[in-house]
Amino acid sequence: MDQRNVIRGAIGVAALAIAWLLFVGLPKWYAPHRAQASAPPTVSAPSAPTSAVRRITATLFYVSDDGLSLVPVQREVPFAASVGDQARAIVEAQLAAPPPLVSTIPAETKLRQVFVTERGDAFVDLSGDVTAKHGGGSLDEILAVYAIVNALTVNLPAITRVQILVDGKEVDTLAGHVDLRHPLAKSMDWVVHDTH
Amino acid sequence: MYNDETLKFRAIVAAFAAALSVFPAVLPAQQSAAPYTVVSRAGRQPLAARSINGQDMFALDDLARLFTLKLKEDTLAGGLTVTAGTQTIVLSPQQPLASVAGRLISLPAAPVRDGRVWYVPVDFVSRALAPVSPVKIDLRKPSRLVIVGDMRMPRVAARVEPLGTVTRVTFDVAPPTPHTVTQEGSKVVVHFDADALDAADLKANATTDTLQGIRVGDAPQTVTLDLGPRFATSRTSDQPAPAGASRIVIDLIAQPETTAPGTAQPLPQTPQPNTPPEPPLLDLPNAGGLRPIVIDAGHGGDDVGARGAQGTLEKNVTLSVARKLKASIEARLGVRVLLTRDGDQTVGPDQRAALANNNKADLFISLHASASVRPAVAGAQVFYLSLAGYGSEAQASRGNPEALPVVGGGNRAIEIIPWEMAQGRYLQQSAAFASSVEGALREHVPMSTRALQQGPFRVLVGANMPAVLVELGFLSNAQQEPQLAGESFQNTLVQALTDGIVRYRAAAAAVAAVTR
Repeated sequence: MDQRNVIRGAIGVAALAIAWLLFVGLPKWYAPHRAQASAPPTVSAPSAPTSAVRRITATLFYVSDDGLSLVPVQREVPFAASVGDQARAIVEAQLAAPPPLVSTIPAETKLRQVFVTERGDAFVDLSGDVTAKHGGGSLDEILAVYAIVNALTVNLPAITRVQILVDGKEVDTLAGHVDLRHPLAKSMDWVVHDTH
Repeated sequence: MYNDETLKFRAIVAAFAAALSVFPAVLPAQQSAAPYTVVSRAGRQPLAARSINGQDMFALDDLARLFTLKLKEDTLAGGLTVTAGTQTIVLSPQQPLASVAGRLISLPAAPVRDGRVWYVPVDFVSRALAPVSPVKIDLRKPSRLVIVGDMRMPRVAARVEPLGTVTRVTFDVAPPTPHTVTQEGSKVVVHFDADALDAADLKANATTDTLQGIRVGDAPQTVTLDLGPRFATSRTSDQPAPAGASRIVIDLIAQPETTAPGTAQPLPQTPQPNTPPEPPLLDLPNAGGLRPIVIDAGHGGDDVGARGAQGTLEKNVTLSVARKLKASIEARLGVRVLLTRDGDQTVGPDQRAALANNNKADLFISLHASASVRPAVAGAQVFYLSLAGYGSEAQASRGNPEALPVVGGGNRAIEIIPWEMAQGRYLQQSAAFASSVEGALREHVPMSTRALQQGPFRVLVGANMPAVLVELGFLSNAQQEPQLAGESFQNTLVQALTDGIVRYRAAAAAVAAVTR
């Protein structure tokens, strides 16, 4: 009888161990791997949003070392459930340029609102600082505009064109050069891929 | 001491001398010349002129009759006194001089006495008579006119240029005179606010199928253009002219050719199947140097543009370079140059393009000075428009022809181009223009490593002609800021930009010559 009891106990312990392994151990071990797997630079959309992970990696655009182009930089941005909210999170991340990243969008610029139409046009409403604090120059204006346009169109396939508004209104330009009266499509002309 | 022989000899010598001295006065080489016309409020009358020793001369008797002069010959001194009212003019037979109210004036030739008649050079009227006359006297030798009294009689010269379907008639009017242009049946009549016209140079140097001739009209202050059978409509504009004159340009536009199948039309030597034969309806064919170049000094007024660390403002750099470039182009190409602003004022982007479009400018060049968040960035950049960002609207700008009724009858397929997309059809030329400018700049000034670029530039979109935007350098760069603000670098830039424009125009003319 003792032998049977020992076997029952062993089975119980094994079942407990298997249960622990299944429900606690494995998720613990695999969780970091899953987080890493979601970080290749090509990830472009919040494609598997049902998991518990709260951030996605987005491609944002900052000024190259030679100052003449944009370089793509992978940064984590908060995940959001809707395209509109995700667009907002991406633009807010793009407006920030933690060192050593450099942006031609004035640091004081605040995002007022983002909305996305069914046609795939996103309207990004920025505070007046984006114009008032801009240093001028065609080049920096182009780089500011296409950092925002590309940040949305590259990361969110649902968005095909972006129009920048200032203080809730349509504007001609940010600093006198780039035509902002229409939504602009993605342009990789100003993006270089070899960062260093 | 004297014998008969010597006396005889002396008499002969004296006779010879006398004959020689009298000869030119008595028997001058003379012939009648075309008469002058005296114009006054009373009307017109001829005034006979005579060419003596190569000089046009008037008979003093004729002048005396016209201007109520009194003539008195001084037999002792051999001179002649002319009295006009209370003033006197004294003439001497052998001297090209006259004393007018006590002052000596010169004449191109001495007065000539032929029997009892005295002849004076025509300039006697302007140099001697006019100063002492109570009424205004105006001698116009080229048109053989003597204008008496306060007559407004502008000189009108005409030039005809056949430019394809358009015949351009240019009138230069001196002094500037108000005028109206009207069409009356098969004539276009230019009515001047004047008493009469000095129309010696009023001849059509060419006739076309829209213009048969130019003449002084039925009223003496009008000019009539006799229209040809293909005339459809006309367009008149006032254009800048040399100082002291005004210029009227009348374009006579022909009806579009009716190319009915089967009718034998004289074919061009080289048929070109790919190019549509119809010319633009209300657009002039490219008349080369006649079109102005528009230079746009970027920013201005409240919009200062970029600002250097030492306080150099982009708006001041662009204006300074624009003014220099205008002078340089005008001197080198003889082309009219217009500036979108010639002072420190705010000008909207549409106004800038509109100035170029309304003046049918040949080229549009927008000048800027750049800035970068990276202080090391330097060098000039040349941009032309990219429509890539505009999506479907840009495609629409390529134009879908619509059939519309036109002046002169019939329908015509006309492409409706949205104003703000006008640049869409010039992208190729703008690319070539940008390349010429970039190449010329590269020979003179530091260039950016991204020197030739495209972008959705606000000021270029509406330009209905080849258009580029030039960033002359970077005000954010410590070396470039003082350069951009300084004379010598600005002059170098102007030299380079002028070269670029010259090169593009030469290339465009060569292309036009091949495809014509």
